[in-house]
Amino acid sequence: MAKVFQAADATDLVTDLRRSFDAGVTRAYEWRVTQLKKLLLICDNHEPEIVSALHDDLGKPELESSVYEVALLRNSINLALKQLKDWMAPDKAKTSLTTFPASAEIVSEPLGVVLVISAWNYPFLLSIDPVIGAISAGNAVVLKPSELAPASSSLLATLLEQYLDSSAVRVVEGAVTETTLLLEQKWDKIFYTGSSRIGRLIMLAAAKHLTPVVLELGGKSPVVIDSDTNLKISVKRIIAGKWGCNNGQACISPDYILTTKEFSPKVIDALKQELEAFYGKNPMESKDMSRIVNSNHFDRLSKMLEEKEVSDKIVYGGQKNRDILKIATTILVDVPLDSLIMNEEIFGPLLPIITLNNLEEIFDVIRSRPKPLAAYLFTQNQKLKERFAMTVSAGGIVVNDIAVHLAVPTLPFGGVGESETGSYHGKFSFDAFSHKKAVLYKSFIGDAAIRYPPYSRGKLRLLKALVNSNIVEIFRVLLGFS
Amino acid sequence: MEAMKDTVDQSLREMRETFASGRTRSVKWRKTQLEAIIEMVKDNEDKMCDVLFQDLGKHSTEAFRDELGFVMRSATTALNCLDKWVVPKKSNLPLLFYPSTGKVISEPYGTVLVLSSWNFPISLSLDPMIGAISAGNTVLLKASELSPSASAFLAKTIPSYLDNKAIKVIEGGPDVATILLKHQWDKIFFTGSPRIGKIIMAAAAEHLTPVTLELGGKCPTIVDHHSVSKDMKSVVKRISGGKWGSCSGQACISVDYVLVEKSFASSLIEMLKPMIRSFFGENPKESGCLSRIVTKKHFQRLARLLNDPGVHASIVYGGSMDEEKLYIEPTILLDPPLDSEIMNEEIFGPILPIITLRDIQESIGFIKSKPKPLAIYAFTKDENLKTRILSETSSGSVTFNDVMIQYMCDALPFGGVGESGIGRYHGKYSFECFSHEKAIMEGSLAMDLEARYPPWNSFKLTFLRLAFREAYFKLVLFMLGLKKYRE
Repeated sequence: MAKVFQAADATDLVTDLRRSFDAGVTRAYEWRVTQLKKLLLICDNHEPEIVSALHDDLGKPELESSVYEVALLRNSINLALKQLKDWMAPDKAKTSLTTFPASAEIVSEPLGVVLVISAWNYPFLLSIDPVIGAISAGNAVVLKPSELAPASSSLLATLLEQYLDSSAVRVVEGAVTETTLLLEQKWDKIFYTGSSRIGRLIMLAAAKHLTPVVLELGGKSPVVIDSDTNLKISVKRIIAGKWGCNNGQACISPDYILTTKEFSPKVIDALKQELEAFYGKNPMESKDMSRIVNSNHFDRLSKMLEEKEVSDKIVYGGQKNRDILKIATTILVDVPLDSLIMNEEIFGPLLPIITLNNLEEIFDVIRSRPKPLAAYLFTQNQKLKERFAMTVSAGGIVVNDIAVHLAVPTLPFGGVGESETGSYHGKFSFDAFSHKKAVLYKSFIGDAAIRYPPYSRGKLRLLKALVNSNIVEIFRVLLGFS
Repeated sequence: MEAMKDTVDQSLREMRETFASGRTRSVKWRKTQLEAIIEMVKDNEDKMCDVLFQDLGKHSTEAFRDELGFVMRSATTALNCLDKWVVPKKSNLPLLFYPSTGKVISEPYGTVLVLSSWNFPISLSLDPMIGAISAGNTVLLKASELSPSASAFLAKTIPSYLDNKAIKVIEGGPDVATILLKHQWDKIFFTGSPRIGKIIMAAAAEHLTPVTLELGGKCPTIVDHHSVSKDMKSVVKRISGGKWGSCSGQACISVDYVLVEKSFASSLIEMLKPMIRSFFGENPKESGCLSRIVTKKHFQRLARLLNDPGVHASIVYGGSMDEEKLYIEPTILLDPPLDSEIMNEEIFGPILPIITLRDIQESIGFIKSKPKPLAIYAFTKDENLKTRILSETSSGSVTFNDVMIQYMCDALPFGGVGESGIGRYHGKYSFECFSHEKAIMEGSLAMDLEARYPPWNSFKLTFLRLAFREAYFKLVLFMLGLKKYRE
């Protein structure tokens, strides 16, 4: 019987970890490397259990678990192991005439004791990936996995306790109560993945202690399909990116499609064809898709489908079974723009297609909505690609593919506006959990009297010249010519 | 207030329309605005020195050094570097993704709010604006009502130099700030106290608005007299300049207190005294070189700190005050009680506590017992001590053998950590502060990997596992059927 987590426990937890941090436990390169290697061992030795937990929690197919959670994590750990020395090294900064003679550098230091709150849809990836960043940067870290994926949460707690240094890395399982207690503490950083609604509460709690936050939220990621494209490949990628990634329950899932009235029949046909090729004639029975996570979300999605003027727009799928928490791969066309399904992040296997008179209109439609985490475009038209990349504001933009950018460690992964604040992956993870401390080394040679009172006109002139870095002027003043 | 609410609504609407029109995205527009800022400062140098004298009693040389000159240089740097800053950064993608390409472009957030402070009302208003404009945003400035002449000057002058459909100024105090904070901004930049910083961040949380908070803290100055004895005169000069030479100690990066070994304390004090006199003469009040305290309320706060009996007893120099002239004499304290208010609050005034230690190494522990400051200053040539300071303390920045000067170094990010702030700016960091770094990835429709798509089977699984591990050689062997893998 697990002990009930109380306020005193939260305080003790932070005190303990702070003591470890202050003692310098997490600062050494060796410690960080050891922890990262242990994480790698977890991936190597426990993949079947991870796959099993994900299947229990989400009905996730083995391939998705193996590739989109474990393999991605392995890559992330290996990258950190390879580059950590580099990341930890100070960056030299250029100094100028006004601060001469001086040398300057930027030193990365850990923030201290950080809190990672992860989500239920990719419970391993979204828990361990930020923890990799926290540990590489030398912090002590508390992880609170999502209670909506209980088997994963429990496995994470067991494995992390077994393998990692529990004087500096801990897992707290629980739900709203535990999270609230944790949020009352003072953290040096909070990293949250989840919904915008909770993101606001996290930031509000963080404000009390001036704790910086990274919020990886979501949004309605639009997919624009231009008629000038390879439709078959485009559609395959959209399907793999939507239903093939946790059945649409992913922050960068293609949420809805924008295309022209003229082209949409072809799009719908292509979708139907490829959907059948991927999932067969009875997608509800396909083992290659995750189920809906729980009955709350099932009801939420049902409500979207059942709304008046939406239910009659279904052109494919629409079947539901609450007992097994499955909703069929569903396509809708031209639902009202003020419907629930077009105003909330869908996070499920429903794909609305909105048709427009011409492609020009996509910019207004997208701009009229909160900024999404990702925006996708399928086209061969170079001008359209450029215009899209420059004018559509989103966390990230992918042309001619879906979601892959999250696997690229050299691209910052994060949102903007409602899809939010901060970014990570690769070195960006290390930076997210570091304070970049500016260090200036000055010498005693050369102390400009002009810096000090009493002030005079001469000093003012010299200062002006110095500020303008005007060498000629400086000499003129010094020599008394100005 | 209704009128103010309408003004804010209207201003925001206009700025959003301007931003949507795309005008502020053009590099040409941004450069024009930056040039206009430089022109505005050049044309109005005397007027600006005037308002700074009115608000703070600042001498024109100090005004130029800390504010006008600084702003002009910041705008010039932005002008010179903008073309470089806006260039997208290419990202190297792993081979797995060939032939996809990736890059990161900096895009403006949109409509940003800058709330500045009263102590450097010109530079703390214009410098963030320079960042916002270089990044292509529209911006609304609310300067502090505690520096009313500067605020009025900015409100009147900015519209005649800058694009006033994109850049606006509003005057007012906390009630105006409250109205502003109820709106949704794409970014908020605040300079001020931690107490208000918390309120700003809480308001921003409602709209998930990213914030940069430039706050403060007690910036300690370590004097390791063993290793800098040869240069002690410079040390004393720099500390004095850093305490009293810039807005009379009312700066976020002012020297707040000094840490020194007991054996050297009185020598230090005996060097500080003549230094103060060399700066300000026998009667600092009449020197014209010492800024005054900004308002009666701030004066009373400082008076209260000083009048604490334990603190008052520790005065070894100065201590005289003139409430009418809002003047406090450069004052030195020797070992005030460590639990006194003055040792637990950011002083923000011309009072310098000197705290003595048995051994200068204890300074590390002392600093760690307090919230992380914006800056740590250390006068030392001892490499071990330097290393300890760097690795065992945390602060926005560390400067060795000088004070305040890190502010002028464009290549260094300027910002705090913990209670001293969130985010950073100066130089290209200003540009980044007001930009969203958007990742852009482009795939090819020419090639396609069947293994990416359902229905899943063990071949595809193995393929993908190998591909993700970038075990390309094994992958080729696998595909050629030359090796079987059960990974």
